[in-house]
Amino acid sequence: MSILQDANREQISRRRKIDWILHILFIAATAVGILALMALLVNIMMDGLSRLSPDLFTNYPSRMASKAGLKSAIVGSIYMVLIMTPISFILGVGAAIYLEEYANKNWLTRLIQLNISTLAGVPSIVYGILGLTIFVRGMHLERSLLSGALTMTLLVLPIIIVSAQEALRAVPRQRRDASFALGATRWQTVSGSVLPSAMPGIMTGVILALSRAIGETAPLVMIGALTFVAFLPNGIMDSFTVMPIQIFNWISRPQEAFHELAAAGIILLLGLLLIMNFAAILLRNKYSKNL
Amino acid sequence: MNTLIDIKKLNLYYGTYHALKDVSLTIPEKAVTAFIGPSGCGKSTLLRTLNRMNDMIAGTKIVGSVEITGTDIYSNEVDVETLRKKVGMVFQQPNPFPKSIYDNIAYGPRLHGIRSKQKLDEIVEQSLRQSVLWDEVKDYLKRSAFSLSGGQQQRLCIARALAVNPDILLMDEATSALDPISTLKIEELVQELKDRYTIVMVTHNMHQAARVSDQTVFFLNGEVVEFSQTEQLFSNPTDQRTEDYITGRFG
Repeated sequence: MSILQDANREQISRRRKIDWILHILFIAATAVGILALMALLVNIMMDGLSRLSPDLFTNYPSRMASKAGLKSAIVGSIYMVLIMTPISFILGVGAAIYLEEYANKNWLTRLIQLNISTLAGVPSIVYGILGLTIFVRGMHLERSLLSGALTMTLLVLPIIIVSAQEALRAVPRQRRDASFALGATRWQTVSGSVLPSAMPGIMTGVILALSRAIGETAPLVMIGALTFVAFLPNGIMDSFTVMPIQIFNWISRPQEAFHELAAAGIILLLGLLLIMNFAAILLRNKYSKNL
Repeated sequence: MNTLIDIKKLNLYYGTYHALKDVSLTIPEKAVTAFIGPSGCGKSTLLRTLNRMNDMIAGTKIVGSVEITGTDIYSNEVDVETLRKKVGMVFQQPNPFPKSIYDNIAYGPRLHGIRSKQKLDEIVEQSLRQSVLWDEVKDYLKRSAFSLSGGQQQRLCIARALAVNPDILLMDEATSALDPISTLKIEELVQELKDRYTIVMVTHNMHQAARVSDQTVFFLNGEVVEFSQTEQLFSNPTDQRTEDYITGRFG
């Protein structure tokens, strides 16, 4: 008998059947997520595409749906991101560098680590309460753009720290050794050898964290970003609104026309998120090629 | 030959593990000293105490002294950065930075404050010539160091170590990741470099120690078993354990 003729064909066909059934199940699991997303997109497109016009960008909010636009909300969102990006980058990456490169690995750093990971999962409204207490009331920053940006910074900090730590940890130890063995100090090693290797990963984490902040509503509702702002913020102490808040406001109105406006706003927001995620991927690919 | 490194009663502990036991050794200048012994015998650990790379490992405790030209490198008057500038190191795996060939060599001099382009150019060329890599890479200095082969990368790492003008070069199994031809090139390079540098190499390969080194130290379980001229250690070892090891009865 040939060694390739197995007497136990029945057992093999049973194993193949299990394999096939699971294959189908996994496809189904993937399809559920994709179909839900498609349904959402189609639904929003049908509602909102007709309202997607230049007016949306140039008009301020209005009582009349035909005149209402997102101008102040778009500008508010952009300003907020511009303020929070440098702050959250410096604080987040600084903390990650401390924890990964400087801190001794003892019970204290493990405790800090555990807390940061937990903070990354805290509901965003809790950060709103924190921002209200510290920035709006405690530091008397009022309901300003600065209060909003600082609150959002708190929200994204744990995410940035954790992703930056992962990026730093992924840098091989040999690169640090090579630098130290040449007589580098710790900072020289971090800045000259570790950060250049880790930067694409760090940037990706920062962009993804910022794109989360752009879509957040709850914390800003909590600190009192306004829903009807018919002017552009004049400075960081001015009151403001952002895109998701404007959308939230429109959706809660009874008129159908506002619902369509909200859908158009959601399309814009989704487009913005898509662009940011795409930028994160581009960045990662561009730099990983150089390594 | 003048003694450059004088190790006296050195004991090293990783936590409770006693990795080096009462090691006393003198290492002569401008010669090649090889550390041999089976895995875990402490040879790499001792090498890494010579430029204090063991400082990085939490829980390391050192008793005893390592003097280089009369100064204890573990005393307060020695800056670890200065020590590592003077005592260069080449690692087991070639570990170039993800930078250009030029920037890999210039990394060290830049750390120590050399900014002038002209000076850096000189150092890069000189270091690459010393590691016999110049002719192969002189037209590609801006290319990534990762475009080089493993053997070339290791010679680049040697050039990088030489670029900060050390007196001592530590080589931690520097050829164990390389093919035989690249290994041979590095062994030849070591022969050339010993006119100017004191070289201490850890090797897993007894034949390499026999080919390349002037003195050989045989370690076992954290202790120095035998230390003598290479020829003598291999042809006429005084300790039975050395003989058993070099004849391949264990290890």
